[in-house]
Amino acid sequence: MSDIAENKKTPKEPLFSKKNKKLVTDPLTDNNPVTIQVLGICSALAITVQVKQGVVMGLAVIFVLVLGNLIISLLRNLIPSRIRIIVQLVVVASLVIIVDQLLAAFMPDVSEQLSVFVGLIITNCIIMGRFEAFAMANKPWPSIMDGFGNGLGYAGLLVLVAVFRELFGSGTLYGFPIFGDYITGSGLYSIGYVNNNMMILPPMALIIVGVIIWIQRSRNKSLIEEH
Amino acid sequence: MESTLDIFVKAIFSENMIFAYFLGMCSYLAVSKTVKTAVGLGAAVIFVLLVTVPVNYLLENYLLKEGALSWLDPNSDTLANMDLSFLAFIMFIAVVASIVQLVEMLVEKFAPALYGALGIFLPLIAVNCSILGGALFMQDRQYSTILDATAFSLGSGIGWFIAIVAIAAIREKIRYSNVPAPLRGLGITFIITGLMGIGFMAFMGIKYGKDEAPEKVAITTTIDIDKP
Repeated sequence: MSDIAENKKTPKEPLFSKKNKKLVTDPLTDNNPVTIQVLGICSALAITVQVKQGVVMGLAVIFVLVLGNLIISLLRNLIPSRIRIIVQLVVVASLVIIVDQLLAAFMPDVSEQLSVFVGLIITNCIIMGRFEAFAMANKPWPSIMDGFGNGLGYAGLLVLVAVFRELFGSGTLYGFPIFGDYITGSGLYSIGYVNNNMMILPPMALIIVGVIIWIQRSRNKSLIEEH
Repeated sequence: MESTLDIFVKAIFSENMIFAYFLGMCSYLAVSKTVKTAVGLGAAVIFVLLVTVPVNYLLENYLLKEGALSWLDPNSDTLANMDLSFLAFIMFIAVVASIVQLVEMLVEKFAPALYGALGIFLPLIAVNCSILGGALFMQDRQYSTILDATAFSLGSGIGWFIAIVAIAAIREKIRYSNVPAPLRGLGITFIITGLMGIGFMAFMGIKYGKDEAPEKVAITTTIDIDKP
């Protein structure tokens, strides 16, 4: 009953209104979940050695985030606030189990490479952060848009980092050789180019993200922190 | 087999949660502004890891693993073939969340000052990747005894503690240096963590008990070939 009364008072918003579009586009740049909100870094860095892993991980997070936001938003008036964390965790965990089983069935090789990091989507702070900050207080449709935008922002950064690491670390992109064949020494390798093995090691992911943050903040001064 | 001590030392240094796997980065970056709060959070992580990993180990081995339920009835074929491991995620996270709730209540009761300082980050331990990551790595690596699993959890906790206290100390000092404006705060923390990670990679050279034996064999064979 109360829902119907609410709908009469406020004129119905179009599905792709400016406000809803902003929910999707904002996280891509000036409100990026990884570089600005500092969420979800745990998994963002470990699986960016290859673009393929990054793409799969990004898609998995978009899937979990959109559906999770929808479910939490539908349940938002039913969840007692004291136990909301546990309810949210159960929702995420069930969705992640679905993702994990699907990956194991259809992409066993990627599933093996990602190993524990699929399970760690559960504790990806982006998901809990969006549940707390958005889905608990908003209607289902904006929540879906918000989930999609933030998932896309996360996936975008993942792929960006992975492109640098795979290109300079292994000389390939998505598995295709870019600089020629390393073993036979064709292409760029024939004139003495070598892969930078440093890029494959974990610490370089941190440094690349650090540099991305540096570039982003020097372009947009309002994001600069005091200390 | 690796000895328990090997597992413990490995978990602190060469397989450090932060520098090798980036687990628990969210709270690592958010709570590392002062050493005092970093010590508090680090201690909380050690404690929660130390309690949750053994509990999850028992769950894994007596409930979830394929055939784990056969202790109920050794003669039953259905129980011996039962594989509940797809439930692992939801079981692990439920255990972690409830134990975190317990720790939160204990800290609120016995250390109100620490509770005030940690504030919002204590409930966030439930979603700290290092805690669930500890449980998942334990499942992945299949430790043979509960003692090994406990050594692994304690080592990971101590490794995380060392990492967050070290970065907090560096961040306290870096306030006085002239960092380029766009790098201040988050950016420089990322880069410092990366450099610390490179430093920690030196620990990969540690020789563990198990590694030594095959190498000796290799040396003797080369000598044998050289002689004639």
